[in-house]
Amino acid sequence: MTTHVVQDTAALLGRSLRHIARSPDTIITTVVMPIAFMLLFVYVLGGAIETGTDSYVTYLLPGILLITVASGISYTAYRLFLDTTSGIFERFHAMPIARSSVLWAHVLTSLVANLISLVVVVGVALLMGFRSGAGVSGWLAVTGILALFTVALTWIAVIPGLTATSVDGASVFSYPLILLPFISSAFVPTATMPGPVRWFAEHQPVTAIVDAIRDLLTGQPVGTGIWTALAWCVGILVVAYVLADLAYRRRIA
Amino acid sequence: MQRHGAVSTGTGTGTGTGIRRACARKIRSRAALTLTQRQPSTLAAMSTAPTPHGVHEPAVLLRGLTKSYRDLTVLRGVDLDVARGSIVALLGSNGAGKTTVIKILSTLLRADGGTARVNGFDVATQGAEVRGSISLTGQFAAVDEILTGRENLVLMARLRHVTDPGVVADDLLRRFSLAEAGTRRVATYSGGMRRRLDLAMSLVGDPPVIFLDEPTTGLDPQARIEVWRAVSELARGGTTVLLTTQHLDEAEQLADRIAILHEGRITVNGTLAELRRLLPPAEVEYVEKQPTLEDVFLAVVGADASGHAHRDDPGTRTSDDLTTPGERP
Ligand SMILES: Nc1ncnc2c1ncn2[C@@H]1O[C@H](COP(=O)(O)OP(=O)(O)OP(=O)(O)O)[C@@H](O)[C@H]1O
Ligand SMILES: [Mg+2]
Repeated sequence: MTTHVVQDTAALLGRSLRHIARSPDTIITTVVMPIAFMLLFVYVLGGAIETGTDSYVTYLLPGILLITVASGISYTAYRLFLDTTSGIFERFHAMPIARSSVLWAHVLTSLVANLISLVVVVGVALLMGFRSGAGVSGWLAVTGILALFTVALTWIAVIPGLTATSVDGASVFSYPLILLPFISSAFVPTATMPGPVRWFAEHQPVTAIVDAIRDLLTGQPVGTGIWTALAWCVGILVVAYVLADLAYRRRIA
Repeated sequence: MQRHGAVSTGTGTGTGTGIRRACARKIRSRAALTLTQRQPSTLAAMSTAPTPHGVHEPAVLLRGLTKSYRDLTVLRGVDLDVARGSIVALLGSNGAGKTTVIKILSTLLRADGGTARVNGFDVATQGAEVRGSISLTGQFAAVDEILTGRENLVLMARLRHVTDPGVVADDLLRRFSLAEAGTRRVATYSGGMRRRLDLAMSLVGDPPVIFLDEPTTGLDPQARIEVWRAVSELARGGTTVLLTTQHLDEAEQLADRIAILHEGRITVNGTLAELRRLLPPAEVEYVEKQPTLEDVFLAVVGADASGHAHRDDPGTRTSDDLTTPGERP
């Protein structure tokens, strides 16, 4: 029996994109927190933070973008949880469709929704004085890293979406992901941190990804840092995908 | 069992519980003699040998199906055939395992043992082919609340790769009296509308075998009759239907054969007439027939709806007896 992975994924993607188009509040609630952090840090705390750059909002933005993604992916867990409890998941699985398309449609929906949220946050940052010297290739590279990061984190979100027993359970997993940028180079240079914290900050993925995006946005040579950032993204993606696939197989028995 | 005017037989099916109790009692005492309480060996001998393409085997074939959830044994060896183009009702009380059977047949759940074949394909090893042959309407309506009714149908049509999704959707909306509501979000639908949409979604692509898990639970009498009508039409068109129900009157209305699932096995399997033979001979009693609440409801709400019932199965609907002048054409 031939399967139609692409057509089936497209049909299901169309469905979830309609969900987003009909509840734009999911985009709004996604961007509220990162924008609030940005305002707080730029206008309240930023004056006391020494980053060695002219514009704190420019320094801050990469970390804010990662927080945006971390807050956006919890909607994937939420939507997936609703699908599994509403019975529509079973309906799809009793149909002659490519089964992998069910999850991929959710992951691609997350990618689209998060890219929209990211554009909104960058727009607000521009209003707050963010300026970038990056050219087209720099922006493309930033978009690529953020897209890869989003897909990797979304596969993490798939796991609670498939296994949670309550709506709250499906979304709490994102809190640590949102907090991780605070112990990184996102808000303050890691050099200011005490020993063990500094060690952790310098060896966790957010710092590598934030540094790479920051270098790209400020038009500086990225060096080998970008490979570290990409390796983290791909590593998270692979591990999360394998675990999500396990959860999925268990779910559909 | 024809009922005329005020005459009713002692074993009337007015409530369903009466017959159920009587059935249970009688099955214990003499079912083995009168009915098809078959041994697996006889069953195996009776069934047509499966051909490579399964053309001659029944649309649904269950042999010795077992299933447990941890230490709870639900199915202890279920044997059941559903002939092509027939309607079989699987009757059972709450927790009997009806949904479990349906889920195994729809490849949503793995059996622990036994054989389950649908349209000639084994559910355990040929899942994709089974899914290509079936459609499932689960116990609880599985519709997308945020989409409109039409969008739900178009989605099903796209997933089943039919050539003209829009046309198929509009046709089904009409058939299920949802044409006007079609452009509204499903979140605004009533329970009955949802259920009708749910059923319509299962018909997209004309699958040869349809599983309906309690298709009329939660519907008002009128909507039930509409669903019954749709199911009868399906069977007339050659579709095989396996439905589960807790209501004897539903089985009576729709099914060619009725199988009762009890304590993990099919304890009774036969036509309505065969099942009736399990009951004590009808004693003729003269009682003044009171219209049931359902009769009153149908007379007040929809002469139209009871008209369908009349067309589908004249003679067995008590509602036909309640003719209010001016309400019938
Ligand atoms: N996933 C599960 N885990 C554990 N037990 C289950 C599970 N699904 C069903 N059961 C149990 O198996 C038994 C049969 O359930 P099933 O849903 O098949 O019954 P049913 O005949 O469809 O009942 P109903 O008429 O209430 O829908 C019940 O006792 C139920 O509690
Ligand atoms: Mg059930």
